[in-house]
Amino acid sequence: MAWLVVRLAISVSLLYTASAVFEDQVGKFDWRQQFIGKVRFALFDTHSQASKKLLVATDKNVFASLNSRTGDLFWRHVDKIGPEGHIDALLMYGQDAVVVTGNGRLLRSWETTVGGLKWETVLDTGSFQAAALVGVQDFVKYVAVLKKSAISLHDLSSGSQIWVENLPDSDTVQYQTIYSGGNGLVFVFGVVPNSHIVIVEYKIEDGEIMRKKSVEAAWMSSLESSCTVISSGILLCVDQITQSLYTLQLQSAEQTEIRQIHLQTLDLEVASGFQPVLTSTQPNPAQPPLSEFFLQLSPDHHILLQLKDGLIAPLRDFNPSYLAAFATSGERTVAAVMSPKNDTACSINLFSADTGRRHLDTTIIYHMDPNGGKPNRLYVHAFLKKDDSVGYRVMVQTEDLTLTFLQQPGRVVWVREEALADVVTMEMVDLPFTGTQAELEGEFGKKAAIQDGLLPMVLKRLSSQFILLQAWLAHLWKLFYDARKPRSSVKNEVTIDTLSRDEFNLQKMMVMVTASGKLFGIDSKSGTILWKQYLENIQPDSVFKLIVQRTTAHFPHPPQCTLLIKNKDTGLGNLYVFNPIFGKKSQISVPALPRPVLQTLLLPVIDQDYAKVLLLIDDQYKVTAFPSTKNVLQQLQDTASSIFFYLVDSSQGKLSGFRLRKDLSTELIWEVVIPTEVQKIVAIKGKRANEHVHSQGRVMGDRSVLYKYLNPNLLAVITESTDTHQERSFVGIFLIDGVTGRIVHEAVQRKARGPVHFVHSENWMVYVYWNSKFRRNEFSVLELFEGAELYNSTVFSSLDRPHPPQVLQQSYIFPAPISTLEATLTEKGITSRHLLVGLPSGNILSLPKMFLDPRRPEVVSEQSREENLIPYAPEMPIREEWFINYNQTVSRIRGIHTAPSGLESTCLVVAYGLDIYQTRVFPSKQFDVLKDDYDYVLISSVLFGLFFATMISKRLAEVKLLNRAWR
Amino acid sequence: MATIRVLSLILSVLSTVTLLWTESGECNNGRRSGDAVDTDFSGFSVPLEHSFEVDDVPRFRLRGALQLRGGRENGVYLSQNQLSEKDRSTLKDVAAVDGLYRIRVPRVSLQADRQTERQSEGYLTTFVRAIWSCFSPECSLVESHLSDVITLHTDVSGYIIGISIVTIPGSCRGVEVEDEVDLEVFNTTISVVAPVTAPVPETAPYIERMEQEMEKKGKNPQEQKSFFAKYWYLILGGAVFLMATSSAQTPPGGAREQS
Repeated sequence: MAWLVVRLAISVSLLYTASAVFEDQVGKFDWRQQFIGKVRFALFDTHSQASKKLLVATDKNVFASLNSRTGDLFWRHVDKIGPEGHIDALLMYGQDAVVVTGNGRLLRSWETTVGGLKWETVLDTGSFQAAALVGVQDFVKYVAVLKKSAISLHDLSSGSQIWVENLPDSDTVQYQTIYSGGNGLVFVFGVVPNSHIVIVEYKIEDGEIMRKKSVEAAWMSSLESSCTVISSGILLCVDQITQSLYTLQLQSAEQTEIRQIHLQTLDLEVASGFQPVLTSTQPNPAQPPLSEFFLQLSPDHHILLQLKDGLIAPLRDFNPSYLAAFATSGERTVAAVMSPKNDTACSINLFSADTGRRHLDTTIIYHMDPNGGKPNRLYVHAFLKKDDSVGYRVMVQTEDLTLTFLQQPGRVVWVREEALADVVTMEMVDLPFTGTQAELEGEFGKKAAIQDGLLPMVLKRLSSQFILLQAWLAHLWKLFYDARKPRSSVKNEVTIDTLSRDEFNLQKMMVMVTASGKLFGIDSKSGTILWKQYLENIQPDSVFKLIVQRTTAHFPHPPQCTLLIKNKDTGLGNLYVFNPIFGKKSQISVPALPRPVLQTLLLPVIDQDYAKVLLLIDDQYKVTAFPSTKNVLQQLQDTASSIFFYLVDSSQGKLSGFRLRKDLSTELIWEVVIPTEVQKIVAIKGKRANEHVHSQGRVMGDRSVLYKYLNPNLLAVITESTDTHQERSFVGIFLIDGVTGRIVHEAVQRKARGPVHFVHSENWMVYVYWNSKFRRNEFSVLELFEGAELYNSTVFSSLDRPHPPQVLQQSYIFPAPISTLEATLTEKGITSRHLLVGLPSGNILSLPKMFLDPRRPEVVSEQSREENLIPYAPEMPIREEWFINYNQTVSRIRGIHTAPSGLESTCLVVAYGLDIYQTRVFPSKQFDVLKDDYDYVLISSVLFGLFFATMISKRLAEVKLLNRAWR
Repeated sequence: MATIRVLSLILSVLSTVTLLWTESGECNNGRRSGDAVDTDFSGFSVPLEHSFEVDDVPRFRLRGALQLRGGRENGVYLSQNQLSEKDRSTLKDVAAVDGLYRIRVPRVSLQADRQTERQSEGYLTTFVRAIWSCFSPECSLVESHLSDVITLHTDVSGYIIGISIVTIPGSCRGVEVEDEVDLEVFNTTISVVAPVTAPVPETAPYIERMEQEMEKKGKNPQEQKSFFAKYWYLILGGAVFLMATSSAQTPPGGAREQS
């Protein structure tokens, strides 16, 4: 009952802060893009000719169906993150797709048209090895799953287990693959490395072991990559060391010796250090595979071979060739081979599998993106044309995770950039002015102008004004022209040439850095990818830091971004400097970084080209400046004594502060050590450099002012206890001044556990933790105030703030788990702040900071009412209207980026995870924008009416006065 | 390593020496000077060192001894030496070149129950160079006539994790410090700060308050009136309004006649 009242009170108190997106605003300024990740399995639906389905399973544990005509998603299932949701195998037969997930934990069957789950079976424990469809008499009825020590057979239509059998000698034999040729038997292959191969034959009906044999094979180390089954049950293996192929009849009882065929006899040789790969095809699981197969001898050499009457004969040699794949349509099996054409293009050709003859007019030209990676996977969809010839489409996956779908004769049907499923960091950069605006700016910007003299200046001004007039007329003409066309056909295609800043700077360039090392420039208004750049040789677990060194404001200097790529293990880094608008690599020479980089620091110091100076501190505490011109070094020397930086060593719990010396060396000036036996540092955050605070204090109910403690050097350090017992665990919060090392505030949240998400801004800090006693998520807010008077109101110096700030803190219950936390940011900081809370459900909650205010009173008083403080309620509300992304959920949300726009009321928000969602938020409503349905006609007619009325009444008054004077 | 151990030993010996020396009554400016002369003083002492050099290379010298007392109430008492003539001149020189003044304390635990542990840890901490230093602009120290506030921060388990020093006033206003009268003794305020416990959501008082409000409402005699007794005026008004509208719906012709 009490809780009911609590909730009632909360909802009443909230009545005046409701805000939401209206139905007609949907999609107007927001967009979402959905991704799947790196494709591991892809299968085309060959069930019917007209099918557009393409089933994919990816490394992000996503199982989806793509429309092969457009590249859009039909449906998508996002499984658990990590090994629990890992997709082990994907098999398709007819309308059913069978998926094994979680290292053989679950076996699921999906209906492929709508993506519905047909059945699900929990499998016995044991690590997954292989799965295969099993057919009997031309019908696929079962699916077999091979685990480390057992094999089980399941019914394809219901998922029920037919039988399960333990594998013989599974502690010594590594069972790895499975094969069934539709003759009532299932073969399981195991290997004892460098000793022998074990082949076990099971009867499909009851799982009885029909035969078990072991064959000597001292050269064999692993079956999976080097063996395959071809023809009517012949095991084929390849070995690089002995340079041989090996064949073995599976069903003959007498052959216990494996047959060796030297590659030399076929005039072939495996490239040294290359593990040769065999590729065979089994078009129908109920029938034995074909006797043709591909052998890859080196990264760019494939050969199509055929086994006939026990003899292996080459059908066609593809040298050079990057990729090769089989595809089947009806009764005909073809092979597609991708070979290099020239430096920028590849050609894909179709060959008939049984003869190796090339099909005429089947060439697809694949143009390689000069800013992309090499192709590494080829998926072929073959179909029969009306004239009974074979047509095909291909999907190419490249190293930079681009999926390109091509059809004859090389038309790109669609492209998906799957690297965007793993965005690591991003920045939003202002767009440049249009050419004409830039022209006008340039007039004042160039130094030469001063020397020109008066007359040329006047001429230049006139010419630029004329250009502006021209542009304006062109714009008017375009408006007039567009107005006559129906609305839907007017669609401004955004290209890199037409990019220009809009009136309110709402359109920006999103520079996104992905884990695969591919950079993207995306237009924030439409989501169009305007440029992309793949950085090769990026280690898989590198750390990225993106820094905007020069914004667009310094025409004619182009904007400049710097990406620091750091190897996680060695700490060695390198810099990549580029133009964020066009994505071009900058020609500026980059300093070499021979030592691991510990810290970077972007200074407000600018060089003569208006680029901010970046300091890189290496592990010997030496500082490298970039750019390092003479001008910069001089400025650094002058300001060295006021440049401080901090380093964190979380393994030792040490925070240390350094000061720059004139010779660019550093000296240690403070140290704080938090003993690692008790707690460990998990996160540290300063404030955002581009944040503005509008007001220095808060006006209280009694008209006095409470001044904020606005320390730009303040660091928030979060620690977690090493003791994880629910009664003794705690989360530590330290607020440390980054210049002096002074601990400004130190608090302990008892009975709390991470993961801690926090935002540090202005004079407050908000953090979320898990209360291990009550088992709930809780929000806590800290606010720092100087008190009723400011110590020094003109300037803040960390060295001169002797009085510690007053700290206020309050905590609240948050009734949902949290994925990420960020605060809105606006141009001048006048607009009230909101917290953007990314929830695991994919929603983004826009929570007013007003609810997180430690001054919320327990008991309402006159003064607190005057101040507009909401009475304290322990539970934080979640209201559906506050979800800024309505039903456009962002799967696995990992980060939210906020950026100010030119409008004070508007903050741009980008949420990224598996999907990317961009929108605008208006924390204080759109107070500086007229509404869309604003009645211009009415207001202007009223204005004109009043104007004429005054004119007329003035005239009448004059006449009246004149008449009166005559009287 | 060995030399460091020896050094630390000497340091601890030194500190006890200074402790004895200061007890004879030179300058005891500790915040708890009253408690400090307790006879059963069970605390222990750590050296507080400082460094101020014109060339800005830290060379730490003993400034005084911190007497720390474990237990629930973390007491601290500082006894410090007088600045020598030479030190005073160096200090002024350092202040002139805007140098740094650094202080440091070894890393110890304040907890009484770790008293035995502490002995061994004292050696350990000197070995792991676990020394905090802090600095303040020298000129401000001179201008403030050696008045400073030193704060020792401890973590939950009582380890000293950081030290800070501030001078009041903290800024340099360029006031000339004429003679050295004030520069002889430090006027230090020292304190130990332990982490505060962050608040948890206060559900109990909130529910209590809500219940009280409910009760208040329940007792309110107005609440117990019947529906008609409470809203008779609204009902009456509504009825009148209804009658008025029904009469207004009479044919417009009739209305005109009336006017």
